Amino acid sequence: MIGNMRRGKMLAVASVMTAALAVSAACGSGDTGGQTGGSSAAAPEKITLTLQTFGGGTNFGYKAAVEKWNAEHPNVQVKYNNLTDSFENVYWPQMLQWLQSGTGAGDVVGIDEGGMGLAKARPQFFTDLGQYGLQSRQADFPAWKWENGLNAEGKLFALGTDVGGMSICYRTDLFKKAGLPTDRDEVSKLWATWDDFIKAGQDFQSKVKDAKFVDSVNTIYNVVLSQEAAKNGNVTYFDKDQQLIADKNPAVKTAFDFTQKISQAGLTAKLQNFTDPWNTGFVKSQFATLGCPGWMLGVVSGTAGEEFKGKWDVATVPGGGGNWGGSWLAVPKQSKHPKEAAELASYLTSPEAQLMAFKEGGNLPSTIPAQDSPDLKSATNEYFNNAPIGEIFGPSIKSLQPTFLGEKHAQVKAAVEQVVIGMDQGAVPYGQAWQRFGEVGQKAAG
Amino acid sequence: MSVNLHSQRADPVPPPRLRPGRHHAGPQRRFLSQFDIRATPYLLISPYFLLFAVFGLFPLVFTLWVSLHDYELAGGDAAFTGLENYANLLTDASFWNAVVNTVGIFVLATVPQLVLALMLANALNKRLRGRLFFRLGVLIPLVTSVVAVAIVFTQLFGRDFGMVNWLLGFFGVENINWQNAKWSSWIAIATMVDWRWTGYNAIIYLAGMQTIPRDLYEAASIDGASSRRQFWSITLPMIRPTIIFTVFVSTIGGLTLFAEPVMFGSNRMEGGSTGQFQTIAMYIVKEGFRDFDYGYAAAAAWLLFILILVGVAINYTFIRRIGGNQ
Repeated sequence: MIGNMRRGKMLAVASVMTAALAVSAACGSGDTGGQTGGSSAAAPEKITLTLQTFGGGTNFGYKAAVEKWNAEHPNVQVKYNNLTDSFENVYWPQMLQWLQSGTGAGDVVGIDEGGMGLAKARPQFFTDLGQYGLQSRQADFPAWKWENGLNAEGKLFALGTDVGGMSICYRTDLFKKAGLPTDRDEVSKLWATWDDFIKAGQDFQSKVKDAKFVDSVNTIYNVVLSQEAAKNGNVTYFDKDQQLIADKNPAVKTAFDFTQKISQAGLTAKLQNFTDPWNTGFVKSQFATLGCPGWMLGVVSGTAGEEFKGKWDVATVPGGGGNWGGSWLAVPKQSKHPKEAAELASYLTSPEAQLMAFKEGGNLPSTIPAQDSPDLKSATNEYFNNAPIGEIFGPSIKSLQPTFLGEKHAQVKAAVEQVVIGMDQGAVPYGQAWQRFGEVGQKAAG
Repeated sequence: MSVNLHSQRADPVPPPRLRPGRHHAGPQRRFLSQFDIRATPYLLISPYFLLFAVFGLFPLVFTLWVSLHDYELAGGDAAFTGLENYANLLTDASFWNAVVNTVGIFVLATVPQLVLALMLANALNKRLRGRLFFRLGVLIPLVTSVVAVAIVFTQLFGRDFGMVNWLLGFFGVENINWQNAKWSSWIAIATMVDWRWTGYNAIIYLAGMQTIPRDLYEAASIDGASSRRQFWSITLPMIRPTIIFTVFVSTIGGLTLFAEPVMFGSNRMEGGSTGQFQTIAMYIVKEGFRDFDYGYAAAAAWLLFILILVGVAINYTFIRRIGGNQ
């Protein structure tokens, strides 16, 4: 029994430690990597700026642009550091810790659309770029991209990099099997509206049994939402006073209803994006179309692989433009060289650098001069049957509207999308989905 | 050990010719040697406690402090709110959902696991051919990494191309989306846990069984006890301390379950679209690192700690009844 008691004590200690371990991560501020080198005391001394980004593959596509900068600025060298491919799971929590603790963040940092709502509400973290004369960049940007770079105090803190821009990627071989047109212009004509899209899907499904028409619902849900938001005051989950309107905004309801309709019609493969089953779905030809923002083209070619080269093509998206994703660059207050960092941010978001990034990674430029440039318009994508992606995305990215992002936009978006996906996959009954949608949105915002 | 130490010290071997000037300081020297004897052991074990203080005790206390504040990452005024976080948690349906999931998966995983381990150990304790091979064999799952196990099992439980659904297909069962419902996701996760830990517990039981004196069994055989009777009346009561140990460890492991359900849910902290298999540990990470609500997450961590203590206490009262009162 003595042995028992000792074990009991040991286990008490062990359990204390286990609980402590579970939460000790909460206190770890992470390493302070990416700190700026060089002493600023000696004025003309060579300085190093750290550029921190996220994303898989070529991420922001700044390799060439940074090399050019480094060659032209021997005294201001840039260290381009892509930290991770996961924004919301790794990069953003880490970045917020660095911003909070006042050390660790780079001189120029990338922020995804999903984090902008929070970033705007925290003026204390970022340098006012207006004091370095970057207000002059306003003419380069469409209004919405510019306005989302203004913080709660109305100061400019971030400059836009790329935009989503929407298209529909489709499998020509599966369309052929279903007796649908395969030429991208004819396919685009097939679905001028979303109702046409469902009709085409039903035609497809009546002929093809071993593949579904679309991969999943959340891409389509987001595209319809961004299109509908443009008709409803450019707001989605929050109004401009930061009040939750997810359950009242007609744009949200329309997008939700459409999603429910396409799911109930049995056109979805019920696969959630960026999961292993979804990746497998590409290789096993489980779906014939998916919503393709500009950066998705690289995901498709990378996931489906050489075997499917030329079997994919790109058509325009029903209902006109749409947006998914896109990022900004900001200069944290903790930067020791804010002036040079602001210059770098301005350079990287210039039309010239944006076109370099487009060449490198397919990131669609957000500046108007870059969008109008012949380089972009004539661009084609070899993997997608040499589709003229410049022409396809051009009108889509030009008609983008500013969507207001609330402070807790990212949390609400994540929560309600789980309901949308759950409804499609059967975890949430159709009849209860809208109510649940409202409840989880409420909770995530609270 | 300690006896050795004393005997060495008791035989002082003083270096007589060394620095005679200091030699008159006899009491001081004695004090030093006393200090040496008394303090050295503490000094030697102190690294553990120092590390524990820095990486165990401090986070623990800090977490308690955070849990009493409205502590948000990136902003928030971190105002003292007393027990508000706890009060909110106790009325938070999604927290209780996580508790139910955690306890459910724990029961579903641990009960078959320990029973199976006991049966395995009993079999391995018998004289059989290639005993070493089998004994090592049951331990092999333990050396695979949790993440690898989770990835492989998540694929086995895949909806469209998983082997489990393929096998069930022969019996006319439609493809099951294992992530979709509580029961199916719990079974899948419990399977991963069991696969990895059953052998480990079996080996511990086996070690316990080997300390039981053989003559007990011989005497029982002479008295005509069947081998089943021997198992219930000798083996089980004799390894009771071992069983208590494994139950405690399983309770702690089960209630802090994290890696398997996370991998099973495509690396997301929600644990399925309606939180079908979100465990408390996942809930804590979600609140703290996805929604940046540190105070709330810290409070949840403390409640998890209390839950583990309660779980261990309940299990202890159950297990000590095994094999009757002694």
